[in-house]
Amino acid sequence: MGIKVAKTANEAFAEGMRQINPDVVAAYPITPATEIVQIFSQFVADGLVKTEFVQVESEHSAMSACIGASAAGARAMTGTSSQGLALMWEMLYIASGLRLPIIMAVVNRTLSSPINIHCDHSDTFGARDSGWIQIYSENVQETYDNLIQGVRIAEHPEVRLPCMIMTDGFILSHCLETMEMLTDEEVRDFVGEPPERENLIKAAVENKPITIGALDLPDYYFEHKRQQAEGMKNALKVIPEIGKEFKERFGRYYGFVENYKLEDADIGIVVIGSTAGTGKEVVDNLRKKGIKAGLLKIRVLRPLPVEEIRRSLKNLKVVGIMERVEGMNAFCGPLYSEISASLYELDERPILTNFVYGLGGRDVRVEDINIIFDDLLNILEKGKKEFTLKYIGVRE
Amino acid sequence: MPSIRELAKRESRFVSGHRLCAGCGAGIVMRLVLLAIDKPVIASCATGCVEVASTIFPYSSWKIPWIHSAFENSAATISGIEAAYNVFKREGKIDKEIVFVGFGGDGGTHDIGFQALSGAAERGHNVLYVCYNNQAYMNTGIQRSGATPKFAHTTTSPVGKVIPGKIQWQKNLVDIMVAHGIPYVATSIPGRWNDLVNKVEKAVKINGFKYIEVLSPCRLGWPHEPELTMEISRLAVETCIWPLYEVVEGKYRLTYKPKEKKPVSEWFKLQGRFRHLLLPQNSNLLEEIQKEVDRRWEELLKKSEN
Repeated sequence: MGIKVAKTANEAFAEGMRQINPDVVAAYPITPATEIVQIFSQFVADGLVKTEFVQVESEHSAMSACIGASAAGARAMTGTSSQGLALMWEMLYIASGLRLPIIMAVVNRTLSSPINIHCDHSDTFGARDSGWIQIYSENVQETYDNLIQGVRIAEHPEVRLPCMIMTDGFILSHCLETMEMLTDEEVRDFVGEPPERENLIKAAVENKPITIGALDLPDYYFEHKRQQAEGMKNALKVIPEIGKEFKERFGRYYGFVENYKLEDADIGIVVIGSTAGTGKEVVDNLRKKGIKAGLLKIRVLRPLPVEEIRRSLKNLKVVGIMERVEGMNAFCGPLYSEISASLYELDERPILTNFVYGLGGRDVRVEDINIIFDDLLNILEKGKKEFTLKYIGVRE
Repeated sequence: MPSIRELAKRESRFVSGHRLCAGCGAGIVMRLVLLAIDKPVIASCATGCVEVASTIFPYSSWKIPWIHSAFENSAATISGIEAAYNVFKREGKIDKEIVFVGFGGDGGTHDIGFQALSGAAERGHNVLYVCYNNQAYMNTGIQRSGATPKFAHTTTSPVGKVIPGKIQWQKNLVDIMVAHGIPYVATSIPGRWNDLVNKVEKAVKINGFKYIEVLSPCRLGWPHEPELTMEISRLAVETCIWPLYEVVEGKYRLTYKPKEKKPVSEWFKLQGRFRHLLLPQNSNLLEEIQKEVDRRWEELLKKSEN
């Protein structure tokens, strides 16, 4: 069994990568994800991994090299954040379109401009339709566990899609927490050898031509995209399977979502990432006062776990969707769109309202979430809402 | 070097059925490069004429493992493939020798792909990168590139009443690649098969990053009569507009020296994009080009050790 250690999420990512021992890592440093490549470089320099580390000159080339490596049959990984992810944009779609199970550790940081190095979810939310599996983490332990499970999910023959694992910039990336680290053998045994795929090197060895990335015109493109969509749909089945196997071996289980005191709740919030910890504290306080409050944490955003979201929220009366992203659509944030779309087909659904918070690393405190619950209580009392979107913690 | 008879017996690994234009230089370059390598090859290719014309799904002209991922990253993509090979080899999962080749046009090499190319060269991957330089963005319809020669007409550097085509000189990427300190850099043309085959053969024997830039006539963009492809590429050499040389470990060597240097106008007159330079009122422009071509040729002669 593993041992208790104190690690930051960056360290947990790097240690997880060492234990996964990928064939190729191609990465470029960026705050606050830099430590991942620094620590990993040392592992390479010390001969602790077999990995061929490609010290690329940009994130665009990082993803391009991962695509090349993965298409050559390698288990390929990278890590990035914010502008780095933005620079990869073009290649994100190509990685998923070519069905390459690349694993990426992402430290969430806002996007310029104005330039800011702190946490919000603008970077990965912008990539939510890029065909990557997206798994978000509440704490350092989840960051580590998600990374290890991500490898199996991405490489599953019925999924075969790249997977990004998120952790919150600075809040988790630089925060020491106690976590249980598995032994190297446990991780290696869990991730195993990647299932065989057709690839460039295999083709070269077998002297068999293969063309990857052909021009796909209107007579075939749609069918290929339809197959890709099916891979994402299959992830809905595979993610809990891998999760259960992980639980059987190591005792921890994470669903698509985490329901916190939602069974009998009247009001609740939806959150992603480290804010869940603060939110649970607020829920506990409210429960002590006899208020039936709850919290829904979204762990997996892609594929969108619509059934689980419905099951979790259908009996609530008022739900506040908190998100660390501004959608710039002059109406609501992107998570609000996802949740409201998920609930629309229910005959009876809660009143939904939207709270955008924490942009550019603005701290979110218990007091801020109290304000949100006050609003939810107000709506519960009146039976209707007076706003769809409210900004929390901003001067205006 | 194999004789042409021997080469003709080798299996072609870039095969017919592609949709490159009649008279396109690039298809000849692809075929010759692959013929020159007698080992398994894995290639990456930038978005461009060759990629779109040779891999229209479900068809492919490539009888090798081949990948296209995007426009600006052929060098980065092949870096990742070579990295995968290195780890498999180190781990004893593979012992076969494989040659890695990156292809790109001048857009995907000189301009949008320059960063990835420079990065891959600096890291020293064991890769041969071949640029088929047709001197403009031909695939999107003949727009100027950093490799377009001065005063050439393109659709974004058109010849007009006040501007005589592209006003800048082309980027000298060959020297820029030499400055990277890579072990082998060369120029070539499709019109001298032995020159190209010889250089490719030599390059793939060298460990490290190798760069060969092949002038690739574009019958549509230059434009010229399709049957003139080979001749026009040779004329670029005879006029010293496109000298044939190689730089081995930083040492320049001419691989062909024209017996009698022809005036640049000989090359221009076969191509529509330079037609305006032959008008009497533009004699000063023609003179400017001739002077600069002469200067660069002299400079190259001084640098060459033969």
